[in-house]
Amino acid sequence: MPIVTGTPAVPEMGRTLSKQEIQRYSRHLIMPEVGMEGQLKLAKAKVLMIGAGGLGAPLGLYLAAAGVGRLGIVDFDVVDYTNLQRQITFSTSDVGRPKIQAAKERLAAMNPEIRIDTYETRLTSSNALDLFRDYDVVVDGTDNFPTRYLVNDACVLLGKPNVYGSIFRFEGQTTVFNYPAGPCYRCLYPEPPPPGLVPSCAEGGVLGVLPGIVGSLQAMETIKLILGIGEPLAGRLLLFDALAMRFRELRLRKNPSCPVCGDHPTIRELIDYEEFCGIRGEEVIPVNTGIPEITPRELKTRLDRGDDIFILDVREPHEYQICNLNGHLIPLGDLPRRAGELDSSREIVAHCRSGKRSADAVEFLRQAGFRKIWNLKGGILAWSDEVDPSVPKY
Amino acid sequence: MAVKLEIPTALRQFAGKQASVEFNAATVGDALKQLTGIYADLRKHLYTDDGRIRSFVNIYVNDEDIRYLQKENTPIKDGDTISIVPSIAGGANL
Repeated sequence: MPIVTGTPAVPEMGRTLSKQEIQRYSRHLIMPEVGMEGQLKLAKAKVLMIGAGGLGAPLGLYLAAAGVGRLGIVDFDVVDYTNLQRQITFSTSDVGRPKIQAAKERLAAMNPEIRIDTYETRLTSSNALDLFRDYDVVVDGTDNFPTRYLVNDACVLLGKPNVYGSIFRFEGQTTVFNYPAGPCYRCLYPEPPPPGLVPSCAEGGVLGVLPGIVGSLQAMETIKLILGIGEPLAGRLLLFDALAMRFRELRLRKNPSCPVCGDHPTIRELIDYEEFCGIRGEEVIPVNTGIPEITPRELKTRLDRGDDIFILDVREPHEYQICNLNGHLIPLGDLPRRAGELDSSREIVAHCRSGKRSADAVEFLRQAGFRKIWNLKGGILAWSDEVDPSVPKY
Repeated sequence: MAVKLEIPTALRQFAGKQASVEFNAATVGDALKQLTGIYADLRKHLYTDDGRIRSFVNIYVNDEDIRYLQKENTPIKDGDTISIVPSIAGGANL
């Protein structure tokens, strides 16, 4: 069933394709599954992309190339150097610019015939419904759980299909939620993992091309929905394992007790998603209160003075290869087993990349009875910023 | 019954870096118990403190979610595949 509301089977009077458009989209037009009719559906379609990052990059490029008439892009972030490994809408010269600006420029250069609206804002419970209302399809290219649940709930409440894609390291998931009135994200995962249990791309890493593949799959599903062709992934969860180069399909069922899309929904308006995901009340700073800290400058001063300080590095071996402070390496996960290598009579400074893992290490060791132990505030990143800029940041 | 258990990327570090393991098991619960018996670190990622499967981890037998079968009592046939599929979201530092 075609997704564009109010579209007649015959092109409307007054909207035909220009000569340039016919040439531009010729490879669509010569396919019976698309033709002029299909291309006009694309021209009239309104797709909102949530996120202009790893998933949003190929998504935006392919939707613009296909001639989706109106594209909305929501992202409040700025292009960072570390994004360039996978966010292929951006060039090196875009670093520091708002993502929506750089993305809009790139997409408009490829296809000036379409309308691109940008929303440089964080998506919240107070703006989501208004933002989504105008669009036919919402594509979830976000990078965190609270926003995914927000996107889901807003789509269910408004009756919009939600083209979902998510990634981690070498794996991806994709499906189409809420179409037509099919299972939603909460049917699949009623609750998010508590913060800290599932690593993010920044902590777990990701092969750059992975969101390229998953985002392209999302673009494909979006275009199929607009054209009304093929079988959408509604009711199917597509899993992709890049290392094994295997796709698998799992059946996605609608949960009759789903709180937002079930038979007796209890969620009828958008909620506080940070709270739902257990983030409210947790400060973003990586150090827990009560964990003794030492700043990189303080540590440098003490080392220069000749103080006998044992540096404990709780990162992974491959991180040690990138850069290190000559610390004794015990990855955090091994610490319970190897704590015996540490001498609790010595002063120990624990560090990791940014100060988060080492805070956990210090907490663990204090509970094990270590008294002369401190967390290096900000980790080796802060050491590079404040003490020794020759240490590479990653 | 011989069953293959697929381990998702996010959990392979707790399962001796394996992508899949094979067991003989009669039910899903049986297979998972053997898995967490060998790889104790997996337990807290799959189960809550009171022994229930975590709500952000889904378990499938072939392509069906066990929540719609007999949950952990879902029987295994020879050649079945159990998939562990956790919630992933990529991206941000929370």
